[in-house]
Amino acid sequence: MSIWEYANPKKFMETSALALPWLTGLSAAFLGAGLFWGYFLTPDAAKFGSTVKIIYLHVPAAMMAISAWMMMLVASLIWLIRRHHVSALAAKAAAPIGLTFTLIGLVTGAIWGQPMWGTWWAWDPRLTSFLILTLFYFGYIALWQAIEDPDTAADLTAVLCIVGSVFAFLSRYAVLFWNQGLHQGASLSLDKQQNVSDVYWLPLLACIAGFVLLFVTLVLLRTRTEIRARRMAALLVRERSA
Amino acid sequence: MRPACCRYPDVLTAQNVAVARAGVMVLAGVSFCLNAGRALILRGPNGAGKTTLLRAVAGLQPIAGGVLTAGEDDIAYGAHSDGVKPTLTVAENLSFWAQIYGTDLAASAMAAMQLEALANRRAGQLSAGQKRRLGLARILVTGRKIWVLDEPTVSLDTASVVLFGSAVQAHLAAGGAALIATHIDMSFAADELDITPFRADAHAPVLSGQFDEAFL
Amino acid sequence: MRALLLRDLRLAFRAGGGFGLSLAFFLMVAVIVPLGVGPAPATLALIAAGVLWVGALLAALLSLDRIFALDYEDGSLDLLATSPLPLGGVVAMKALAHWLTTGLPLVAASPVLAVLLNLPAQGYFWLLVSLAIGTPALSIIGAFGASLTVGLKRGGLLLGLLVLPLYIPTLIFGAEVVKSGAAGAAIGTPLAALAAITAGAWAGLPLAAAMAIGANLR
Repeated sequence: MSIWEYANPKKFMETSALALPWLTGLSAAFLGAGLFWGYFLTPDAAKFGSTVKIIYLHVPAAMMAISAWMMMLVASLIWLIRRHHVSALAAKAAAPIGLTFTLIGLVTGAIWGQPMWGTWWAWDPRLTSFLILTLFYFGYIALWQAIEDPDTAADLTAVLCIVGSVFAFLSRYAVLFWNQGLHQGASLSLDKQQNVSDVYWLPLLACIAGFVLLFVTLVLLRTRTEIRARRMAALLVRERSA
Repeated sequence: MRPACCRYPDVLTAQNVAVARAGVMVLAGVSFCLNAGRALILRGPNGAGKTTLLRAVAGLQPIAGGVLTAGEDDIAYGAHSDGVKPTLTVAENLSFWAQIYGTDLAASAMAAMQLEALANRRAGQLSAGQKRRLGLARILVTGRKIWVLDEPTVSLDTASVVLFGSAVQAHLAAGGAALIATHIDMSFAADELDITPFRADAHAPVLSGQFDEAFL
Repeated sequence: MRALLLRDLRLAFRAGGGFGLSLAFFLMVAVIVPLGVGPAPATLALIAAGVLWVGALLAALLSLDRIFALDYEDGSLDLLATSPLPLGGVVAMKALAHWLTTGLPLVAASPVLAVLLNLPAQGYFWLLVSLAIGTPALSIIGAFGASLTVGLKRGGLLLGLLVLPLYIPTLIFGAEVVKSGAAGAAIGTPLAALAAITAGAWAGLPLAAAMAIGANLR
């Protein structure tokens, strides 16, 4: 029994159907608990006031925006190397979710930045990098939509995803060089000194777990939809040629 | 395993080959072999999959099943469109392909297709039939052993069809081979293969990799 | 390989090849921008480096879809793919031809346009250097983008959407070289980064583009 068995559409449909209700429940529980805890049961920060609480949306969304692209990269590589259709469809399914997370990260950042820095937008390296990531998501999604033949589209988007990853990485460094910014350092790190204090840390972890689960749930759901769409297309072809 | 019809020296063998177009099986179970000095003509109605099969033989698309064997760097592919550059002259078009294939056959190919009088004319000013002759001369220029031609006689007049026929005959006599999809009768002796019976069951899944990943 | 390069150059110079269009567009940008932002020399000097680089970028972008589209339409790309040339080599040669016919003229014309934009005198040399090193990257990245959209009827807009994000690092480091150079500051890091991007792009992207073309021809 190899892990690649799950790449068979039929097997994937069976397994994901079993997993989805659990994943849905878990992500709702983690997100609900984390957000409630974070928004209502923690004190306002001395320096930032209650605005700090937007980190419960902002930080997990931003983390998942990058993770979603990473997942697409892995799925693209699997498609190119092993030609599993489900892998290509999962990458396709993840893109709009990743784009949404990116946009959530940008919008919540702007809402937080207004009271903090006195501006909705600044060309800070992190903000700029996220804006660039948005552009990469747009291009990727547009390429999927432009190409009719599904296997060709999968090949081309996979190549774009790999090349795009390299250039997104380069852009990150280029932007850092271009402008040293005003965004604070990472909110989570192993170095305890620099971490946000424990009061905020635990609910934030819960929210991150919730976002991860939400992402997995949505990707499974959308991949199932894509597989069904492929089935429909195959049925239509059979109908026409019969 | 070689199909029973094959005898040495065969240059191109198809064994149970299946091809797909846009994710749908078009042909399955196609077997033939092409021996040196022979021509094989593919017959079949429009949409039967002749072009798809030829593109697979030329290596432009993967086959969906079976085995296809041909000598490396043996195939010269001539498609529907000739790849003629309208702003280059006839001679420039041919010498470009001669350089690409590393041959010095441009002049002899021009002679064989009776294009010498047009050598310095821009390809854009040629008639459709003349352009086609230029496209066929390009095949001669490659110097390759197996010609894979898709509807080579389209827009040729009767005299040019004869000209093309004698070029193929000369190629076969020199030990070459040709796989040709066409509707008309050729002036040279050739085997024929009607691909209509190999039409694939569209229900058949297109396999890829080790797993059956059919969506149905 | 050389034959392909020569053919592409010849095609570009013959009628209908579109040679010079990019150059005219580059000039257009250098004229339009001062008309938009006003003639104040100080303002123009401030933005000259960035505008020239953005102009070069857009001018290169304009001619990208020609790299493969014509060969795709008339069937040459099929024939090149079945020829003895490796497809990656075909991509590299076509990108090189694109650079020689659009990138190089842009480099040569840039000092003249820099006059229009009041670039500080110290910046001229670095403008030439940065464009000479950076525009080859624009051509090969663009060829990669064009290889993705070659099968599409109306790929032009999509091509821009795909290629412009990939141009960002080149743009940033390229403009930075000119800005720092004009200000008399150190240019070592951005110049090295720019050269590295160009070298890396030429090493890796022909193969990626060959994969994309292979998929598009299927």
